[in-house]
Amino acid sequence: MMPRDIQGLKRRRAKDRIFSAFIWCLTISCLLVVTIILYYLFKEGISSINWALFSQNPKPVGETGGGILNAIVGSIMVVSIAAVIAIPLGVSVGIYLAENRGRKLTERLAVAVDVLQGIPSIVIGIIIYVWIVKPTGKFSAFSGSIALAIMMLPPIIKNTEETLVLIPRTLKEASLALGASYFKTTMKIVLPGGLGGIFTGCIIGIARIFGEVAPLLFTAFGNPELIFDPRKPVDTIPKVIFTYASSPYNDWHRIAWGGSLILVVFIILLNAVIKIFERKWRVQF
Amino acid sequence: MKNRWLVLENKIFVRWLSFVSILTMILLLIFFITLTVSSWPAIKANGIGFLWGKTWDPVANHFGMLPFLAGTIITSFLSLLISIPFSIAAALFLGEYFPKGAITDIFRNAIEILAAIPTVVYGFWGLYTIAPLVGKFELKMHMPAPGVGILTASIVLSIMLIPYSVSLMRQVISMTPTTLKEAAYALGSTRSEVITRIILPSNISGISAGFLLSLGRALGETMAVTILIGNSPELPRNIFSPAYTMASVIANEFTEAIGDVYLSSLIEIGLMLFIITTIINLLGRLVIKKISYSL
Amino acid sequence: MESAILRTENLKVSFGNTLVLKGINMDIPEKRVTAFMGPSGCGKTTILRAINRMHDLTPEAKVEGKIRLHYEDVYEMDAMQLRRNVGMVFQRPNPFPTMSIRENVLSGFMLNGIKLKKLEKEEITEDALKKVALWDEVKDKLHVRSTSLSGGQQQRLCLARAIAMKPEVILLDEPTSALDPLSTSKIEDLLYELKANYTLVIVTHNMQQAARISDMTAFFYLGELLEYDDTKKVFTNPKNEKTQNYITGRFG
Repeated sequence: MMPRDIQGLKRRRAKDRIFSAFIWCLTISCLLVVTIILYYLFKEGISSINWALFSQNPKPVGETGGGILNAIVGSIMVVSIAAVIAIPLGVSVGIYLAENRGRKLTERLAVAVDVLQGIPSIVIGIIIYVWIVKPTGKFSAFSGSIALAIMMLPPIIKNTEETLVLIPRTLKEASLALGASYFKTTMKIVLPGGLGGIFTGCIIGIARIFGEVAPLLFTAFGNPELIFDPRKPVDTIPKVIFTYASSPYNDWHRIAWGGSLILVVFIILLNAVIKIFERKWRVQF
Repeated sequence: MKNRWLVLENKIFVRWLSFVSILTMILLLIFFITLTVSSWPAIKANGIGFLWGKTWDPVANHFGMLPFLAGTIITSFLSLLISIPFSIAAALFLGEYFPKGAITDIFRNAIEILAAIPTVVYGFWGLYTIAPLVGKFELKMHMPAPGVGILTASIVLSIMLIPYSVSLMRQVISMTPTTLKEAAYALGSTRSEVITRIILPSNISGISAGFLLSLGRALGETMAVTILIGNSPELPRNIFSPAYTMASVIANEFTEAIGDVYLSSLIEIGLMLFIITTIINLLGRLVIKKISYSL
Repeated sequence: MESAILRTENLKVSFGNTLVLKGINMDIPEKRVTAFMGPSGCGKTTILRAINRMHDLTPEAKVEGKIRLHYEDVYEMDAMQLRRNVGMVFQRPNPFPTMSIRENVLSGFMLNGIKLKKLEKEEITEDALKKVALWDEVKDKLHVRSTSLSGGQQQRLCLARAIAMKPEVILLDEPTSALDPLSTSKIEDLLYELKANYTLVIVTHNMQQAARISDMTAFFYLGELLEYDDTKKVFTNPKNEKTQNYITGRFG
């Protein structure tokens, strides 16, 4: 009886070890993939990064050199306008969700926000094309911003809701008991308490849209010139990467690598900012 | 006087909150209407046969979306299949084996970096690394070797799905009641037995919902796929064939589409994509919501 | 009875289908401390929160009957105006964590959009903090976050926050239940001094506290007002048997 049991146990132990080894292998291969991607990005990207990349506009086909100044400016413009549109809307919806918990309408709204997050970005591009580009008859940075603003909404809404729910009810009551209106209570007591989380949501939103191309293909379109007018089409960094990546020219590929590196480093930095804020800006209740 | 302004300000604020919230809620409906109205010319011209039409020939005014539907489904399922073992392993690693510690921190950061890389960069990177590899393999197998095609797109897509599905899986796995696990350990089970007999089975609906949501993501993924799939509007013959997905055909042809029916056919593809992803997301979210309520 | 500042007329409050207050009639005298007492669930907090209309915030709460402040029905007044006139201190100290001590004292003005001059701000801060005997402890650190104070100090700060608005009535909902004995006795001393200028209504589950500080005591039981009289009479010679049982510790 005894020896068989021990054998069974041995086999089970061995199985257990194989299983963990399997988990380790798969996990390490995930790490490996990340390393390979970063390695390529840095290897190909660093050599393409020079002052010209930041200070010059693209050169026509055939000429070497040039940069992506127009796209950097374009990205900043499109994303800033999107943020200005999306943040007040998203925070407002987040407030509504946090303050009206438990109602049927609120639950439906929460589901709608989740589904909105899952809509392919290219579909949002089509919709904005139909809404804005087609009626006005031209591509524009502004229409791209609207598309990106819609994509920014879900993370802002969710983070706002999640932080505001944590604010103690007694604080709101204290404010209202002083005769403050609901509006003043929200602006001066509730929002300052949740500022850290709201800020995090906004940065997550920006990180989400900064690398997007699909919704911009038929809205912001693209433009090799340096443009500051949101009524005109503009290039963005990810759009340039897409255009150059699918081109046959080596010089353009080089610029695409540089652009990719800039983009990835910037988004990783945004993530770092989020982490620092989450740690530092937590209000003690 | 002062008070009247405070009251007014408050009233405006409350109305504004309800207004934007209702707007957000009906946004999906507005999207649906927008897409339907804009694809109406195509729906009228192509009829229901559009859904299973095998040929896409804009020059001849012949529009059928089956090649794209097939391309989308094959690419998404293939990428999901590739990513499943990795994402389950990673989720178990983070959620069960090492919930805390230095390795976990490194690994979590690595996953976050994967999530931070934009889709277009994945596409570009895949073109430089995965496509030549697949091309070499194709040469060996004596096939036409463009390198780009369904397999290449699926491999890169599976990497992109990992961070998303890992975070969903981890959420689900961490919801396993500790008492359940402890009971199994107390009976002398090994860790692998606890995982395969307790954790995975008791979370089966959550895990499936996670995969459903990942699938929804894969279906709509555009840029990386557009760069890597080879852009061919024909029914794919095998997983090495160049093909088109619904999203990538829209991305590539939308601004070049001449003629109302052509453009509107592309919008109709967008409408289908919208319907499919909305249903998938709705289902996935409902399942996950149900689980988190029941605990 | 002396002049009443607050009067309830057949006041009923229900949450959903549960009737929590079953028709209360009482007069609360001006510039006195009135204590609401009774076992938990008796409705003492509910009536307190009805006075400054805090039930407005709970959708399922329904208030019937009347509460008059100086003969005016509070449910016909502007809720914001009413609450500026009727201050409130809560069970747990709840200073605004994002604000400094000074900002907390002045928060009522800020929240009501009232702009003050620098001198006024200083005067009001000093005056309110002196009234709650906190001035000496915090005068050198008015700019630090209020959450750095001890629980007892925080509660006095909350009292100062209410006083700064110069209300006529201050409602206190078990203000010392989360505090240590020393802080409790400080607050009790304060309340005794404050009644010279303010009408105080305090909810307490602590009989000794009611006996120590109040002029009038109301005993609630299952949503009804069983006994309401001079504190001395209630404690020495209660008319109702249930009150007698409660204060002698035979139930509760």
